[in-house]
Amino acid sequence: MQYIPNILFLVILIFGIGYFTKNIRKIIRNIKLGQAVDASDNKGQRWNNVIRIALGQSKMVVRPIPGLLHLIVYLGFIIINIEVLEIIIDGIFGTHRIFSSLGGFYGFLIASFEILAVLVFVSVIVFWVRRNIIRLKRFWNPEMKGWPKNDGNFILYFEMVLMTLFLIMNATDVHFQEMNNGNIISKHIAGWMSGTPESTLHIIERAAWWLHILGILIFLNYLYFSKHLHIILAFPNVYFGRVTPKGKFANLESVTNEVKLMMDPTADPYAAPPEGAETPAKFGASDVMDLTTTQLLNAYTCTECGRCTSECPANQTGKKLSPRKIMMDTRDRLEEVGKNVDKNGEFQPDGKQLLDDFISREELWACTTCNACVEACPVSIDPLSIIMSMRQYLVMEQSAAPNELNITMTNIENNAAPWPFNQMDRANWINES
Amino acid sequence: MNEALKVPTMAEYMAQDKQPEVLFWVGCAGSFDDRAKKITKAFAKLLNNAGVDFAVLGTEESCTGDPAKRAGNEFLFQMQAMMNIQVLDGYEIKKIVTTCPHCFNTLKNEYPDLGGNYEVMHHTQFLKSLMNEGRLKVEGGKFKGKRITFHDPCYLGRANNEYEAPRELLQKLEVELVEMKRCKTRGLCCGAGGAQMFKEPEKGDKDINVERTEEAIETQPSIIAAGCPFCNTMMTDGVKAKEKEASIQVMDIAEMIANAADL
Repeated sequence: MQYIPNILFLVILIFGIGYFTKNIRKIIRNIKLGQAVDASDNKGQRWNNVIRIALGQSKMVVRPIPGLLHLIVYLGFIIINIEVLEIIIDGIFGTHRIFSSLGGFYGFLIASFEILAVLVFVSVIVFWVRRNIIRLKRFWNPEMKGWPKNDGNFILYFEMVLMTLFLIMNATDVHFQEMNNGNIISKHIAGWMSGTPESTLHIIERAAWWLHILGILIFLNYLYFSKHLHIILAFPNVYFGRVTPKGKFANLESVTNEVKLMMDPTADPYAAPPEGAETPAKFGASDVMDLTTTQLLNAYTCTECGRCTSECPANQTGKKLSPRKIMMDTRDRLEEVGKNVDKNGEFQPDGKQLLDDFISREELWACTTCNACVEACPVSIDPLSIIMSMRQYLVMEQSAAPNELNITMTNIENNAAPWPFNQMDRANWINES
Repeated sequence: MNEALKVPTMAEYMAQDKQPEVLFWVGCAGSFDDRAKKITKAFAKLLNNAGVDFAVLGTEESCTGDPAKRAGNEFLFQMQAMMNIQVLDGYEIKKIVTTCPHCFNTLKNEYPDLGGNYEVMHHTQFLKSLMNEGRLKVEGGKFKGKRITFHDPCYLGRANNEYEAPRELLQKLEVELVEMKRCKTRGLCCGAGGAQMFKEPEKGDKDINVERTEEAIETQPSIIAAGCPFCNTMMTDGVKAKEKEASIQVMDIAEMIANAADL
């Protein structure tokens, strides 16, 4: 009978991690529904980016206040998780504070966890105030209604509760308080509770301990359903992010092949495609399967902070386009396609697509391709590349550009300039006074 | 000075079996737009003045394909690119300078994958190097001490990380450079990029160029300096919309340098 808590703990742990793993595998499968990309180039630069941008948070601190607060929560998250290791060992083997034999070093660790816990708690409160009281504009855009808004707050509540439980767990641990080693914050909380019978303290301590680890496992599994996956995906996302100048838009290889053929004087214009030739690739993207795996990873990584949208010139001047919404829509559609695959084994057309059903043409045509959104993203997400892929579909598969652009393109084709001027007049400026 | 501009074409160079130091890629705006032609001429004057051996493609030049690509027409872009590469390679061009950041970006970043490899410079980078080599004198003259703000072109700044060349030139002009709230990496677009220049904007509550011009006006400049013919148009329109054309001019940096030297 004495092993029941250990077994219960192990079962909960396995279930918690197992369910999370299952969902992570689903994410990987969904991402692989996209077009494969080769990211085997520039390994040094890519790792450098991971260290600088993801680990080092270099782009977060561009905005100093949220940057600093985020840095605290990020460090707290990473460092306090060392404590989880102890909890897991204690839970499985029925030990109590197994690392406390480390003596002074243990005290140092716990003291830093406790200080960080308080700092995280305070930072999270400030985040909550920014969202709900100060009502920063970027948290109140139209796409932030309903679930995305609640999701953001739920995550903050989770963190508040977890930090509180951690401190209560330490404060009510009579043995730990007696050691008086590292209880830098919790001794004050313990002070408030002096006079509480030891048996009650023990019950509170056990309850806080269990709720803390349960909370962590629930939070871990909440990630998949929330916008919070960035705590894991930011790292691969930055690795797969852009390593070329932002102005370099990818050249479509499928188009290159066609254009080369058109310009080849020896090509037979009447040639039929060889037997069994693959159908030519679709130009651009109308649905998530046409996007690249990197673009889909971008969508899962987005934590909806809205820095992109708050820098977007179109959004700032009241246009419908919001780069964050592009990412959210891409993820929502990908999830829908993923569920379709779960149900049918492979994707069965459902009469919907990313274009029009999620992202409107009005949004796509409002983009100035200025790269402000790409520059703003702290985790190297590229909303612009999705906008471009979808414009390519509209123009090359549907000939559905706005009329003025059709005229511009006709001009380029006929007179080699976007305006209806004759190419033969191109050097007239030289002799004009 | 009113000497005639010396602007030879590549065809003329070819006939003399000569190769210029650099090809000046004029671009469509620089060739046809009345306002942008002034920038083209100012830059050509500076090149003449610095004794740079340059040539233009003249009637053999053609749109780089930038607006087509950004509008989503990859086909048209690549057709343009491959035709241009044939012309450029035919003349064995190695180095290109252009007054348009869109041409600059496309030639520099998007032509290599299609087989066109050239050293490409924006005119502010090229002028800076001429200045550093002592070939071009940049002095304040009439701009000395004037309050000037610089509008970063997206395709020079964020797209290619060049924020300093234009600012160094402005400093050499001894102006009082005042930055807008959103500048350099966070500079706000003028609203022309991504082929927006050629269409009406989507419905919103303001035009982007007006938003940007208002920000520029906040710095109380006598000149808004630009480095792109499209930004120039957008900011000029913005200044007109705010009825400030009497007190604020929009000028390209090349024009300012040429103007300061009384060329």
